[in-house]
Amino acid sequence: MALYSEKVMDHFRNPRNVGVIENADGVGEVGNAKCGDIMKMYLKIDGGVITDVKFETFGCASAVASSSMATELIKGQPVEEAMRLTNKAVAEALDGLPDYKMHCSVLAEEAIKNALDDYYAKHPELKKE
Amino acid sequence: MFIYADNAATTKMSRTAIEAMLPFLDGYYGNPSSLYAAGQKAKEALESARADIARCIGADPREIIFTSGGSESDNQAVLSAAFAGAGKGKKHIVSDTIEHHAVLHTLKKLEREGFEITLVPVGENGIVRAEDIKAAIRDDTCLVTVMYANNEIGTIQPVKEIGAVCRERGVVFHTDAVQAVGHIPVDVNADNIDLLSASAHKFRGPKGVGFLYARRGVRLYNLIEGGAQERGKRAGTENVAGIAAMSAALKEAVGNMEANSKKLCSLRDRLIKGLSEIPHSALNGDANRRLPSNVNFCFEGIEGESLLLLLDDKGICASSGSACTSGSLDPSHVLLAIGRVHDVAHGSLRLTPGEDATEAEIDYIIDSVKEVVERLRGFSPVWRDLVAGKKEFIL
Repeated sequence: MALYSEKVMDHFRNPRNVGVIENADGVGEVGNAKCGDIMKMYLKIDGGVITDVKFETFGCASAVASSSMATELIKGQPVEEAMRLTNKAVAEALDGLPDYKMHCSVLAEEAIKNALDDYYAKHPELKKE
Repeated sequence: MFIYADNAATTKMSRTAIEAMLPFLDGYYGNPSSLYAAGQKAKEALESARADIARCIGADPREIIFTSGGSESDNQAVLSAAFAGAGKGKKHIVSDTIEHHAVLHTLKKLEREGFEITLVPVGENGIVRAEDIKAAIRDDTCLVTVMYANNEIGTIQPVKEIGAVCRERGVVFHTDAVQAVGHIPVDVNADNIDLLSASAHKFRGPKGVGFLYARRGVRLYNLIEGGAQERGKRAGTENVAGIAAMSAALKEAVGNMEANSKKLCSLRDRLIKGLSEIPHSALNGDANRRLPSNVNFCFEGIEGESLLLLLDDKGICASSGSACTSGSLDPSHVLLAIGRVHDVAHGSLRLTPGEDATEAEIDYIIDSVKEVVERLRGFSPVWRDLVAGKKEFIL
């Protein structure tokens, strides 16, 4: 059995939405180089909808694939919807991750929440209870 | 393209070794302990392999014990010296920080049982200094264990000098020579070695078989109890086919050592030169005192597992000391011991080509690594921060 699913390898080999958004509406960064994983997410938000998202990742294949998949899952989604993204959804969309790599999907979830927090911090009036 | 450049992990069996194995799989399948001719034929093969292997490292055949491989040999060697020492009230062991886990974890176990362990640090070049070993030896030291050559960064240790220090102090000296035997000259007498571990699959023999050299007079502790095989020091019906193949592989490796070594050193240096052109990279381990086939680099701003998988897509088999590949949260203990910080140690790559590699293949590896490192740096937030001057380059 291969280490990763075909989906993980596909998103690792051809990551979607790689890059940077200048003047992003929300930027999130999680992880640290000491542990070997860093993810950075950039969001463009218009009318409460995520119109564009880009990421940069330093990490293993599952970290790259998790970030790539997470960006696909939230692109075009309303902010409230993106806020509900779970690491489980990311892992499932990738046809699963090895147990010891599940933390990569957690990082992806956290990176997006972190970027959304940044967005809400800039627009406190939009934060719904 | 398929280039196997992970010979420090394991090797492809040589044709000679495969041929040497076959007669004992179908023809002479008798148990060497049986009295009839079919068994005695197997016994003869066993003893002739023992004599050949002994000759390859300058030992006496009676000093060779067949085992299941390097880890078993390391365990038996370390525990033997420890328990013999404990019997005389000596419960201190000296080793170093870059040993293989087969030694380090055995030492940890002994520590829990009341032994005191001193791990001598290595310099940035990954070499253990004989004077540091000398300074660490105490009156109650029962064993010094220092590897012949390191499996990750390929550094060759001053085994002869360390052995001399041990002899002077009357301390048993073990060396894990798994990466050295069959690749560089090893002579247990010239090198002052009392116990030595080796593994067949590192010199183109089969997996699951190895040997332990134990100088006459060094008491051995049995890991496996049972029959009287191996002069009562290692029970279990012998892996005759594997042992015959191991001896054939070792004879061949030693016979071709000079030519192979010359060729590999030249390929190695070509590879080192090519990879050094990658900005913010560094060779791990001493540039000269290293195994003929070992190349180990750190590349700043990227992670090793990603590097390996993209190289695999290009048909290149390599390995890394990153946390993701070690199955733990920390990168390689060897890279940390030579002073590489975590951030950089995660981005390591070990390439150990075989003697049949060509210059064209080495150049393909260089081009591939350059391309893959650049690609990964292209979407690494760490690299972006380094280039933007938000973080300082380490390499």
